[in-house]
Amino acid sequence: METKNMMIVGVGGQGTLLASKLLGRLLLGKGFDVKVSEVHGMSQRGGSVVTYVRWGEQVRSPIIDKGQADVILSFELLEAARYTEYLKPGGKIITNTQQVNPMPVITGAAVYPEGLAEKMRAAGVDLDAVDALSLAQEAGSSKAVNIVLLGRLSKWFDFTEAEWQQAIEQSVPPKFLELNRRAFALGREA
Amino acid sequence: MEAAFGASLAGRRSFCGMKHVGLNVAADPLFTIAYTGVNGGMIVGVADDAGMHSSQNEQDSRHYARAAKLPMLEPADSGEALEFTKLAYELSEGFDTPVIIKMCTRVSHSQSVVEPGERTEPPRRPYEKDGSKYIMMPGNAKRRHPVVEERLERIAAWAETAPINRVEPGRDHKMGIITSSTSYQYVKEACGDTYPVLKLGMVWPLPEKKITEFAKSVGLLVVVEELDSFIESFCRSLGLACTGKSSFPCVGELSQNAIAEQLTHEKRDGVKLDEDIPPRPPVMCAGCPHRGLFYTLKQNKLTVLGDIGCYTLGAVAPLGAMDSTICMGASISGLHGFNKAGGGESEGKTVAVIGDSTFMHSGVTGLINTAYNESSSTVIILDNSITGMTGHQQNPTTGFNLKGDPCAKIDLESLCRAVGIRRVRVVDPYDLAACDAAVKEELAAEEPSVIISRRPCALLKYVRHPGPISADPDKCVGCKSCMRIGCPAISVAEGRAVIDSTLCTGCGVCAQLCKFDALSGKKEA
Repeated sequence: METKNMMIVGVGGQGTLLASKLLGRLLLGKGFDVKVSEVHGMSQRGGSVVTYVRWGEQVRSPIIDKGQADVILSFELLEAARYTEYLKPGGKIITNTQQVNPMPVITGAAVYPEGLAEKMRAAGVDLDAVDALSLAQEAGSSKAVNIVLLGRLSKWFDFTEAEWQQAIEQSVPPKFLELNRRAFALGREA
Repeated sequence: MEAAFGASLAGRRSFCGMKHVGLNVAADPLFTIAYTGVNGGMIVGVADDAGMHSSQNEQDSRHYARAAKLPMLEPADSGEALEFTKLAYELSEGFDTPVIIKMCTRVSHSQSVVEPGERTEPPRRPYEKDGSKYIMMPGNAKRRHPVVEERLERIAAWAETAPINRVEPGRDHKMGIITSSTSYQYVKEACGDTYPVLKLGMVWPLPEKKITEFAKSVGLLVVVEELDSFIESFCRSLGLACTGKSSFPCVGELSQNAIAEQLTHEKRDGVKLDEDIPPRPPVMCAGCPHRGLFYTLKQNKLTVLGDIGCYTLGAVAPLGAMDSTICMGASISGLHGFNKAGGGESEGKTVAVIGDSTFMHSGVTGLINTAYNESSSTVIILDNSITGMTGHQQNPTTGFNLKGDPCAKIDLESLCRAVGIRRVRVVDPYDLAACDAAVKEELAAEEPSVIISRRPCALLKYVRHPGPISADPDKCVGCKSCMRIGCPAISVAEGRAVIDSTLCTGCGVCAQLCKFDALSGKKEA
């Protein structure tokens, strides 16, 4: 099979790394060659962060280049727009509709663009926009945004519900398991 | 590096790891350990950062292997990193040499499939006193240098037949590619099995015969390597016609698309979005203890010689309170030089800022220099009780070792006094008035001084925050005074300040700037 490419993008501190590790483990369990790669030196400092997950018979490069991504999972709307050029023509973007102002917007040096979701659709992106922050709060914590988005993403993969549940169990502390199960279900059903 | 050498001398296999700029610091012992050789196997791991994802330069560490006359292996993924490490210990002990394993960002920061093998524990080799090998004073070193040269020739001969330098066949011999590391992965992704590839697992010493034979078997010889012309220059020194840096720049990272564009003339375009996307640079976190201190430096219009750590972010707008960043320790030594050159005028309006961890790494030597050579310099140690930027590692001031176990704790105040600084004081960076007073008084003093700005990193799990404050839209007049500290939790909507309660920790620094009492919440007891 051709190598599949997925990018996970967001703002440092949003929990993108957990999502990529969980996916990497699931894909490895299916017998794929998998490469997961990220640069997280600045990830806790609110900068733009990106993780690459690639799988197939034999994966070569650890990174995904422009025009290669089959799917982009974005934790923030502006970041979805930023990495759109990495999407393959016809590719899918699943994004949180949450907006986090970057510092140049906060200081007034730049403007947060309006109507990004519509503009992405107009550019031909198969866009799935979901208010993951509200769903995470409904599940019990705004910190569960990453698991809500994984739930949403889960419809794109053909893993079983049980496989996802097992991967979540292996990735989150037991005391937050119920919360994360709720978050996953809300994302999957939304 | 010296500790790893000591362990090797004692007969154990040892490893020390660092990034490219760390090898600059460790270069001194490296060049001489190259002469002594090893007892137990010794590996030096170094990771380059092409593209400077998190570094102050993008130097190419392969030059160190050539300059120090040491073998260097370069794995292309996690699996090879494991395989090459085992091999490196065998080479180290077999050829009596330290071996460098050269990583890069894309190998170090990626995870790929690894086949774990059986763990072997080689017995400790006996240590035998041998001054002629291990005491590098001139008489001995003169006899060791020819040994190093002869050793390098033997390793080069080994490299000619080593399986880690392999030719992968291709269908089309009009072009052949020499490559290594992730560049190899990019080449295979871009070209598949079209062209023959000489994949080098050892990048120094290079196999002359193997390269020459490969060059003869193909039409155009192309060298694909990140950063400098290293393999390409070697090929040219052999008289081989080749291309490389004319197609693949010595600046920044390579990628599969960059290689496809040059070698197969295939341009991959992604989905175009015609939109101006504002950048999202990293920022100091909400509640970061460095913020209040940098605000004070900005308000006092000081020249700030900076250092390496999270606080380098004090350089970005709106704080913009930094004038230079070079390497670990450069703030304090640089301040001394700056003040010696600038005299009293400079001493009253220039400071150095350095984190607790960086101070322990290489700041204290600069402080000794300041005290000994007497400049009235004011050094600010930003003590957030952890090594923040790299992910919360412990350091000698925290009282815990790298494993997290309790250990001896260095007292910064005592250390500064011990090196000869009489004016040492501690301030809370959340208290802007106290910061301002401390900075003004110490700059006015006509002797060296140290201000320790002390408060733990806001992201540490044990730190309890008072909880988010809120902005009162009735009291806020929209003056934007609170925006001057560059806190990501504060924004302005419809002319009024808004606090993001998911980010705000309640540090209260912004509230101290508000003349209208519009920012309030639970204040810390």
